Amino acid sequence: MEKTIKGKAFVLGDNIDTDQIIPAEHLVYSMSDPKESQLYGKFALSSVPPKESGLPLGNIPFVKEGRDSSDYSVIIGGSNFGCGSSREHAPFALMKAGIKAVIAESFARIYYRNSVDGGFVIPYESKEKLNDVISTNDDVELLLDDNKLINHTTKKVYALNPLGDILPIIEAGNLFEYARKTGMIA
Amino acid sequence: MGMTITEKILAKGSGKTRVVPGENVWLNVDVLMTHDVCGPPTISIWKKEFGEKAKIWDKQKFVIFPDHYIFTSNPHANRNVETLRSFAKEYDVENYYDVGTERYKGVCHIALAEEGYNIPGTILFGTDSHTCTSGAFGMFSTGVGNTDAAFILGTGKIWEKVPESLLFTFDGELPSFITAKDLILRVLGDITTNGGTYRALEFNGDAIFSMSVDERMTLTNMAIEAGAMNGIIEADEVIENYVKERSDKSCEIFKSDGDATYKQKYHYYANEFEPLVAKPHSPDNVDTVQKVKGRKLTKCYIGSCTGGKLSDFVSAAKFLFGNEVKVPTFIVPASTAVAQQIEVETVSGVSLKEIFDKAGCVVAESSCAACLGGPMDTVGRAKDNEVIISTTNRNFPGRMGSKKSEVYLASPLTVAASALTGEITDPRDYM
Repeated sequence: MEKTIKGKAFVLGDNIDTDQIIPAEHLVYSMSDPKESQLYGKFALSSVPPKESGLPLGNIPFVKEGRDSSDYSVIIGGSNFGCGSSREHAPFALMKAGIKAVIAESFARIYYRNSVDGGFVIPYESKEKLNDVISTNDDVELLLDDNKLINHTTKKVYALNPLGDILPIIEAGNLFEYARKTGMIA
Repeated sequence: MGMTITEKILAKGSGKTRVVPGENVWLNVDVLMTHDVCGPPTISIWKKEFGEKAKIWDKQKFVIFPDHYIFTSNPHANRNVETLRSFAKEYDVENYYDVGTERYKGVCHIALAEEGYNIPGTILFGTDSHTCTSGAFGMFSTGVGNTDAAFILGTGKIWEKVPESLLFTFDGELPSFITAKDLILRVLGDITTNGGTYRALEFNGDAIFSMSVDERMTLTNMAIEAGAMNGIIEADEVIENYVKERSDKSCEIFKSDGDATYKQKYHYYANEFEPLVAKPHSPDNVDTVQKVKGRKLTKCYIGSCTGGKLSDFVSAAKFLFGNEVKVPTFIVPASTAVAQQIEVETVSGVSLKEIFDKAGCVVAESSCAACLGGPMDTVGRAKDNEVIISTTNRNFPGRMGSKKSEVYLASPLTVAASALTGEITDPRDYM
């Protein structure tokens, strides 16, 4: 597990649902074929209304025209990130786009489980609302050992809630690696 | 201290005498369900992780209902169904309901009930967020992703955090112009789309226990729209009789203790309800039909696991009988059984199917269809900046297809009344 994640932040609003993260018409591509599965990266966040894409200004594409991954590494969301359907394709699409972690005030249950159990992106809960104090394109650094987010652009540091019970699964890589490590499965 | 129904079922499923909210437990799963969108990646993960030794933990407990992208020329979607078909053949999965055969059932959550997989007191996991529908049978049911499903497929087990429960009591009698959809929209408006996150929504009261099985499923179906882990209604005689007709498995009826702990209790009087809608673009953006009536529509849609059951079509037919729709109106029976029932069930001596045909509706084949948009050739899919009123469950941006479309969610009564005028209409104006 990487102990620090550095990169540019992409900021979104509250209640980003799985239809916005990856619209249902795209759920037909293979998730195991390396080339075909990159289409999930291409269409990640493609149903976010333009004015809400890349806050506070908006109208910032998450994936640039003609590309199949994003320039951003960390998403800053608000409350109830990942609400809606059970599609594991949602955190998978964000991973394929190049996202390492999503920091939000709260997460929807199935999205949260899928992020962790599938080992796609780290879902971190912030202690305070961050999507109105961090801007898209800010340089951020996530310190996993300290549960902290540093915004190098504004020189501010934010405390995050420890990952708690799910940390061993994240450290192992995914649910299967965790189960092997703990002797649950061979 | 007592326990709720949900806590009792999770205690039984984890081999404990009691569990408390917040505790992580490993559960023994009674049934695992998947479909054509999440089945193929689930199988792929299961094969990769368990390797050559990959074995389905219990074939009788694994059910596959292709239902999402069925009637499409999309090659990727058809490949998914082909993957399920060859998997079922290779591993001898008896509970596979193949497309294009008499076994095809349609939308999984309704088919689970009809085919006798919903048994009070049991634990069901499915690779679909609306798996919470089955909670209407006094059982624990919830949605998971592909990785969790692949883990269950190989081990029969999964971890879960015991949820706190919220109790919603509906006393009194439902007015004739109100359906379960209005009740759950009210709940969503009150607690919002994350008011139920990591929680159980339990429903009780006279108005609930006087409902049909179909209507109860509308309530538990939309528990996920509040972010809930599960929705649940204590099983009664109505449920027991329904199950007995479809399964020889015995029901274990759990009841919440009088001193069970609830995070919060909500009390409603059914008599005081008026028709509601969820406005674009969220199921908790709730308002009265009175406040939005007159909004011009381009399409009406009655279908899905939420609003495509027999009771929904009976409600709609009462308005559509002898009338013609003003805007394109789609009738999509959730299951093939419902599709057969609408040919048999009558209003004033005329079959529902005939009423819909004569009213000028498009009656489509059973599947999830345009509820979630789907491939471009999906029947009823939202185009451009359409304004749609629908009996489905979500109206997030782009949910029914076009990102520019606007979707209002409402009861089958409100949708049918609106179909007759081409604008959002209060069903009371037609009763």
